[in-house]
Amino acid sequence: MTLLNEESMWENLKSQFILNFVKDHRYRLLLSGLLETLKITFFAVIIGVVIGIIVAAVVSSYSQNKERMKRRGGFSFHLLRFLNGICNIYLAVIRGTPTVVQLMIGYFIIWASSNNELFVASMVFGINSGAYVAEIFRSGIGSVDKGQFEAGRSIGFNYFQTMRYIIIPQAFKNVLPTLGNEAITLLKETSVAGYVGIMDLTKAGDLIRSRTYSAFLPLIAVAATYLVLVLILTFLQHKLERSLKKNER
Amino acid sequence: MSADKKQKNENKVKMPDGVLISVRNLKKYYLGGEVKALDGIDMDIKSGEVVVIIGPSGSGKSTFLRSLNLLELPTSGTILFDGADITDPKININKHRQRMQMVFQHFDLFENMTVLKNMTVAPMNLMKVSKDDAEKKALALLKRVGLDDRADSYPSQLSGGQKQRVAIVRALCMDPTVMLFDEPTSALDPEMVGEVLDVMKGLAKEGMTMAVVTHEMGFAREVADRVVFMADGKIVEQGTPADIFEKPQSERLKTFLAKVL
Repeated sequence: MTLLNEESMWENLKSQFILNFVKDHRYRLLLSGLLETLKITFFAVIIGVVIGIIVAAVVSSYSQNKERMKRRGGFSFHLLRFLNGICNIYLAVIRGTPTVVQLMIGYFIIWASSNNELFVASMVFGINSGAYVAEIFRSGIGSVDKGQFEAGRSIGFNYFQTMRYIIIPQAFKNVLPTLGNEAITLLKETSVAGYVGIMDLTKAGDLIRSRTYSAFLPLIAVAATYLVLVLILTFLQHKLERSLKKNER
Repeated sequence: MSADKKQKNENKVKMPDGVLISVRNLKKYYLGGEVKALDGIDMDIKSGEVVVIIGPSGSGKSTFLRSLNLLELPTSGTILFDGADITDPKININKHRQRMQMVFQHFDLFENMTVLKNMTVAPMNLMKVSKDDAEKKALALLKRVGLDDRADSYPSQLSGGQKQRVAIVRALCMDPTVMLFDEPTSALDPEMVGEVLDVMKGLAKEGMTMAVVTHEMGFAREVADRVVFMADGKIVEQGTPADIFEKPQSERLKTFLAKVL
């Protein structure tokens, strides 16, 4: 009796597998979805890091120099104060609204005329991630001992030289684990891209489900793929951290 | 924008004979004047002079020292350094800081660099010294303080006393005109205080202009040309070590000395 049940279960699973992944080359949907997810994540991470560095540089240099620059006055102080204001609005808006809403605004309003879905998705997720990366860099700069900064300034370096030679190398090492986590979060966050019809990994799995009327295998396959990607990223992250540590201790 | 051009535009101020640093009515207020860290300090430091500043904690002595290279922005008052008013907001303070090196209580070696790199990064980038020359000089200075075998170590691999000796020679790599010491031995284990003080005594003997904030009364007595006693943001009393330690005038100084000696 049990033998028969087990056998029929295997048969059932096999036919489900064929139905969901093999028939009509449905596995290709998953593969192209995976590729789309990887592309969006890749470009979004780059855009996010670039925005994050710029925003963190503006916000940190304003908060550290405003007293002195105000004393000196002039155009550069007003420019920096203006940029700092813009950055703070950006941080507040991005962190204060849901990613899906930002995605829809990007897709249906800002870049409504664009039909390059990869571009729009990368921009939206990149701009979103930039706000979090900026906070990571900012706290990284704050995590470096104040004495390092004073030593750099008192030896004669200006603010930017002190940042470049002393603070940023140390800050970068401090934030690397958090930065890796942000990349992992971003990879998973891109799964909402299907909301505006972008055919990423999640959307591909969902499409198969809607065609075959069987949810189990496609969704488990999607989940397993994300899991493997995250495990690979985590492995790389730890490897990088170890090699950086070896360099300096 | 060239720094040279700016330098030319700076008004040269005439200094009294032999005076390197001239401080007038220096004030540093916090909380809109509620806390007066410095309350009107006047001081002249002559070239080659060793001035040791003592006083109870909270007396403003560290704030005063850190004002001399503008790590602390004074609320008012002027500081003239070798013919330039460095409290002028338009001045390029970085140029002047190069010649006015500081040694900190917590050493503050650059953690991301080896000892050698700590000593060469500023001369190479600020004074355009070649790598070879900068390293040669750094190694010679390290040898002088007995640390030439630690050139490739990172700060985290050194003891406190070693770190402070490196911090001193790192400052010397910039050929400073004056050295500021902010409690250089306060964070050290007792058995390491001597090795750092020895290096400082050597410097004083060679004629380096020094301003030292310290609790080491023995050092003050032995090395100082002038001892300045500060309390509540003011200079209460100053004079030769003999005057200060043997014939204190004010009650504040007498109480202080009774506690520390």
